[in-house]
Amino acid sequence: MKHLFLAALAAATLAAPALRAEREILNTSIDVSRELFAALNPVFAKNWAAAHDGEKIVVNQSHQGSSKQARAILDGLPADVVTFNQVSDVQVLHDEGKLIPADWQSRLPDQSSPYYSFTSFLVREGNPKGIKDWDDLARPDVKLVFPNPKTSGNARYTYLAAWAYGLKKFNGDEAKTREFVGKIVNNVVVFDTGGRGATTSFVERGLGDVLITFESETLGIRKQYGDDKYDVVTPSYSIAGLFPVSVVDAVVEKRGTRNIAEAYLKFLYTDEAQDIIAKNFYRVRSPAVVAKYAAQFPDIELFDANEVFGTWDEIKKTHFANGAIFDQLLKR
Amino acid sequence: MSTVVNRSARPGFAGGLLIAAAVVLAGLLLVLPLVIIVREALASGADVLWDNLTTRDSRQALGLSVLAAAAALPVSLVVGLSGAWLVAYHRFPGRGLLLAVSKIPISLSPIVAGVCYMMVYGRRGWFGPWLVEHNLEIMFAVPGIILVTIFVSFPYLLNQLVPLMQELGSDEETMGDQLGAGGWTIFRRITLPKIKWGVLYGLLLGNARALGEFGAVSVVSGHIRGKTNTLPLHVELLYNDYNSAGAFAAALLLAVLALITLAAKAIVARRFRQTTSP
Repeated sequence: MKHLFLAALAAATLAAPALRAEREILNTSIDVSRELFAALNPVFAKNWAAAHDGEKIVVNQSHQGSSKQARAILDGLPADVVTFNQVSDVQVLHDEGKLIPADWQSRLPDQSSPYYSFTSFLVREGNPKGIKDWDDLARPDVKLVFPNPKTSGNARYTYLAAWAYGLKKFNGDEAKTREFVGKIVNNVVVFDTGGRGATTSFVERGLGDVLITFESETLGIRKQYGDDKYDVVTPSYSIAGLFPVSVVDAVVEKRGTRNIAEAYLKFLYTDEAQDIIAKNFYRVRSPAVVAKYAAQFPDIELFDANEVFGTWDEIKKTHFANGAIFDQLLKR
Repeated sequence: MSTVVNRSARPGFAGGLLIAAAVVLAGLLLVLPLVIIVREALASGADVLWDNLTTRDSRQALGLSVLAAAAALPVSLVVGLSGAWLVAYHRFPGRGLLLAVSKIPISLSPIVAGVCYMMVYGRRGWFGPWLVEHNLEIMFAVPGIILVTIFVSFPYLLNQLVPLMQELGSDEETMGDQLGAGGWTIFRRITLPKIKWGVLYGLLLGNARALGEFGAVSVVSGHIRGKTNTLPLHVELLYNDYNSAGAFAAALLLAVLALITLAAKAIVARRFRQTTSP
């Protein structure tokens, strides 16, 4: 019985690849990047065919929260490439599974982040509360919406950006910064668990005066719900949100797809791809494309989280662990 | 029918109120959501609905749902028939335990079932290293989806047949045995005709469960578009993509499949009652 069962399993798994005529890779990505890759993948497939005697390839997509995806890959999801929005969720593929080398982030330009975004503000039409910068978020008459920093990477960026702005404003005075960030977190009307939940609270339920989330999301919301209903406010100073990508070496070695997977990630840095990425509201690296979309993307001074706050492990321990600074601020 | 309805009794005021409440509740909880699925699916017109139903991803999701449900059927049949025969006609140590175990898939939250399968067949699971070594993809591939679908749907037939066969008894089979009929002949000529409607009914119940399964499949699927999405996962995915028209189109398809199963079940249930009533 057991042999029959295993034999049937073997037959089912062996039959599947035999049916495949074309080579394919799987891009495992975050849950809000569907439109982006739906636009990029056909272009990549076309370019590949042109350069490889018309070989047809398929890029399959999977979209979920990046921590969930990292877990699935560690459990065996055959992802040839990952395109995430959290460096720590790529790093875990090395730390816990040795699926990628330790130096994965230096294999491609710009810390393996072909595009990026940063924490920005979305306000209701006409900006009735006159929000201009982080200072306004600490005002007692302003109600905020952003997700819970304990569960959302997006919200950790928001919290850290507020903290870094405070340090800059008060010339590194920790106590004053702490008070400033305390005012901001206590102005939050609802802490949703994730970015999309916060968007729903702000847009569908009409909660709060300011939604604080990635610039790409604020621009996407305006496009989705009407640019006459919301205004985007770009703060003077914010935190760079990297969108790291990597080939999953253990998977591509086994499936013999390294050449496609590497070409796919390099393609993301080309002007052709960067143009599509900019159209989807992410900030890009190519100077030519940056110049072309200058009107859409106002100048901003960005900082790197690890340069100001140290490693993500240290950040979590100091700020977001149980009883750490974030919890202390909320209890006031 | 064993229950007798007294048609001359009129419900009093309280009774009428209760009936009205039941109708309103049924309307709000059952009918309205179904109506909304149909309305939303057709909101952008029949051609948009058709386009949404015939995308590569929709066709694949439908195909995989049907494949998984179809693969679960023979397992239900074999396990259900042999298990029910064993439990209903025989007394042996561990019988109670076997009956209890057969109810686990019905009472266990499907997501737990999915996680358990991951711990056994996942890359970091018990069989993981062996499966990786032999290049066998179970989790995040079609075999894993079929496995969990079998798990959640197989007990329905078994649990349908056990009480039925216990009630009908095994006197005829004993007689057949004494008259010299072989085991297969007894099963084919005596047992099967007695329970055939029960078998069909149990299979349909299991099939409805298999087609609608979400939680367990969600854990082991990997959500690869156009490859490992079943119809219920496809609905969620389209909904999260802000593609309401597509989500409702897929939901409508799922609802239609459920209604077909329901209609078949109603027909079978009627025959079933006729054949088992004295």
